[in-house]
Amino acid sequence: MTRSANMSPPETLVDKIWSSHLVRPETESTPAVLYVDLHLVHEVTSPQAFAELRTRDVRVRRPDLTLATMDHSTPTTPRSNGHLQVLDTQASTQLKQLETNCDEFGIKLFGLDDSRQGIVHVIGPEQGLTQPGMTIVCGDSHTSTHGAFGALAFGIGTSEVSHVLATQTLLQRKPRNMLVQVDGTLPSGVTAKDIILAVIAKIGIGGATGHVLEYSGSAIRSLGMEERMTICNMSIEAGARAGLIAPDDTTFEYIAGRPFAPTGADWDAAVARWKTLASDEGASYDRSVQLDAASLAPMITFGTNPSMAIPIDGRVPHPTDADTSAERVDLDKALRYMALEPGQSLLGRTVDVVFVGSCTNSRISDLREAAAVMRGRHVADGVRMLVVPGSRNVKRAAEAEGLDRIFMEAGAEWREAGCSMCIAMNGDQLAPGQSAVSTSNRNFEGRQGKGGRTFLASPLTAAATAVAGAIADVRTLS
Amino acid sequence: MKPFTSLTSSCVVLPAANVDTDQIIPARFLKTVERRGLGAHLFADWRVDEQGQPRSDFPLNSPSAVGAEILVAGHNFGCGSSREHAPWALLDFGFRAVISTGFADIFRNNALKTGLLPVALSAAAHGGLLDQLAASPRARVAIDLESQTATLPDGTSHGFKVDPFARHCLLNGVDELGFLLKEDAAIATYESAHPARVSTR
Repeated sequence: MTRSANMSPPETLVDKIWSSHLVRPETESTPAVLYVDLHLVHEVTSPQAFAELRTRDVRVRRPDLTLATMDHSTPTTPRSNGHLQVLDTQASTQLKQLETNCDEFGIKLFGLDDSRQGIVHVIGPEQGLTQPGMTIVCGDSHTSTHGAFGALAFGIGTSEVSHVLATQTLLQRKPRNMLVQVDGTLPSGVTAKDIILAVIAKIGIGGATGHVLEYSGSAIRSLGMEERMTICNMSIEAGARAGLIAPDDTTFEYIAGRPFAPTGADWDAAVARWKTLASDEGASYDRSVQLDAASLAPMITFGTNPSMAIPIDGRVPHPTDADTSAERVDLDKALRYMALEPGQSLLGRTVDVVFVGSCTNSRISDLREAAAVMRGRHVADGVRMLVVPGSRNVKRAAEAEGLDRIFMEAGAEWREAGCSMCIAMNGDQLAPGQSAVSTSNRNFEGRQGKGGRTFLASPLTAAATAVAGAIADVRTLS
Repeated sequence: MKPFTSLTSSCVVLPAANVDTDQIIPARFLKTVERRGLGAHLFADWRVDEQGQPRSDFPLNSPSAVGAEILVAGHNFGCGSSREHAPWALLDFGFRAVISTGFADIFRNNALKTGLLPVALSAAAHGGLLDQLAASPRARVAIDLESQTATLPDGTSHGFKVDPFARHCLLNGVDELGFLLKEDAAIATYESAHPARVSTR
C-alpha cells in the first residue's frame, strides 16, 4: 500500500477510481454521474436496450468504447466447415438481433465466426482491453471478473445498458468498501477457486451487499492474473457488485503485448499511472475479513447457493445447528433439493456430469490444471465430462499444447467456446435429477438444467471427480 | 415507466430467503428480445411440475393470490444474475411491489428502474406481517411511496427507505435515461479532459 505525498486523506483503490470518473459528484438528492471507460455487450441482456435507443432515436455515444460478443446462448458443439450451427430458433433470433444492432450502431462484434469470440469476461482481459483504473460494465453480474486488474467493474441491468449505450455514463451511488485479507501460502491441491468459495462461505450469500470487495494479502499477491480473475469473478456470490485487486507487476506483465494494450511511450505512461493505483496506507474500510490461506482445503458446495460450501473432506452441516430459523429453513430446503443428509461426507457421492468451463474457470491455466489430473487417466464409466474453453483463443492455445488430446483420450468432450453448462441456455444442460461437479459459479436450483444438482469446485477437484466417478479429493487421488 | 405513488393490495407470501433471479425467471426464458410476456414464466420451476401442471402447494397458485399486487418475500431477495428479466417478469405477472427485509443490489436497481417498488422493512415488522397474513391471507397492505410507509393489516405503519432520486423518478414518472441525456454537455466536458483509455476500433 502506498501513501501519496500530498496531505489528502488516505484513499482506497475504489475511492481513487471513483473520484477520477465523476462527471458529476453525488448529492443527497441525486446519484453521481459516473463515466464508463469500457462497455461489454452480449446477446442476452442487450436487445431491449438497443430497442430503447431506437424508440428514442438516440445513437450509441461511444461505439469506440463498446465491444460485443456472443457467448450465453451459443452452441459449443463442433463446427461444421468452420461454422457453428445454431439450431435453437429463439437463440438464433437473439444472436441475429445482436448482429443487426452492432451493424446499425457501429459496434465491433466478435461474432460466432470471429477468431476472438468467447465469454465476455474472458475476452476483455485476453484482448488487453481490461486495464487498471478503468470503469467497466456489462449486463452480466460476473463483470466483477475484470476487477482482477484493479478496475472498478460491475454488472448492470438492461435499463442501465441503454443508459451506457446512449450516454457512456451511469447514475450510481458510491459503494462501501470491504477488505478481504488473505495471507499465507496455499497448500498443494488448493487453488484460487477454493479461496473464493471459502471467502463466500465466511461472508455469506448476501453478506457483502452494498460493498465492493478489495482482495489483499500475501496469498492474493502470489496469484497469477487468471487466478485473480477467478477470485474477483465470484464477488457477486457474496452480494458484492464488484471485487478488485490492486495492480502490480504480475498485472502489467499480463497486459503487455496484448492486442488492445498501449505500446511504446503510451505503455510507459500507462504503467506509471497504474502504479499509483493502490489503496493508501491508513485508508479506512467499512468492514474487513481475514483468511489464512495455509489453513484452507479444497472447497466444494453442498447446497443451492455458493455460500453453502465446506472443505471437501468435511461434512454437510446439520440445519439444527443454524444460527437463525431462516437459515435452518434455507438449509433444510437446500439439502432436500440436493438429496443430501445432514452430517454426511460428500466424498464418494456419484455424479453424472463434470463440467470444466465458465467465466470463473475456463482459461488456459484452468485447463492445464484439469489436464494435469486427466493425463494418463480416464473419465469413469457413467460420467460425462465437458471441457469448454472460455474463448476461441483459449481453445487454440490449449490445442497447441495438446491439452485437447489429453481430454479426448481420457474420454472427455472437447467443445467450442461459450458459457455452456454454467447457465444452460444453449442445450448443454443436466437432465432432471442429474448431479454435476462444476467449475462454474452458481449452484442455484436448476441453474445447470431444470432439476439438476450442482456441486461447485475447482478444476482440480472437477478432474479428480471425473476420474473417480464420484466426488473426490485431488490430494488423495490414486 | 409507470409512476408509482401508492398501492393497497392483498399479498402473496413467499417467505424463502435468498431467492435468486434464476428462480424468479429461469435462464432458458431469457432468449427473448422482448420485455413483455415473461410473467407466464415467473418462478416457472416452482410453479409448474414435471408434467407442466400448476403445483397446488406453491403460493402463486393459491386462490388467494388472484389479484395480489404485492409479493412478500424473504431476506436478500433477487440475488444472483443481473437479468432485468426478473423485475420484468414480476411486473408482467401483476406485481407492483416486493416486501422483504433486504434486496440484492442489482435486483433493487433494476426494479426501481422498471417501476417495481422494493420495500425493505425491519425484521420485526416483516415478521409481524408474515404472522398477520398467515392468520388472514386476503388481508391488505397499503404502501405509500410519498411518505415511505407501509401500513400492515393490523393498522401499524412502518417506514422504509428508498433512494431519494429513485423515489423522485417513481413518484413523477421521470425516466433516468432522459435525465442522463440532458447531461450531454457535462459528459462532453469530462470526455475532453479525460482521453479514452482504450479503443475497441
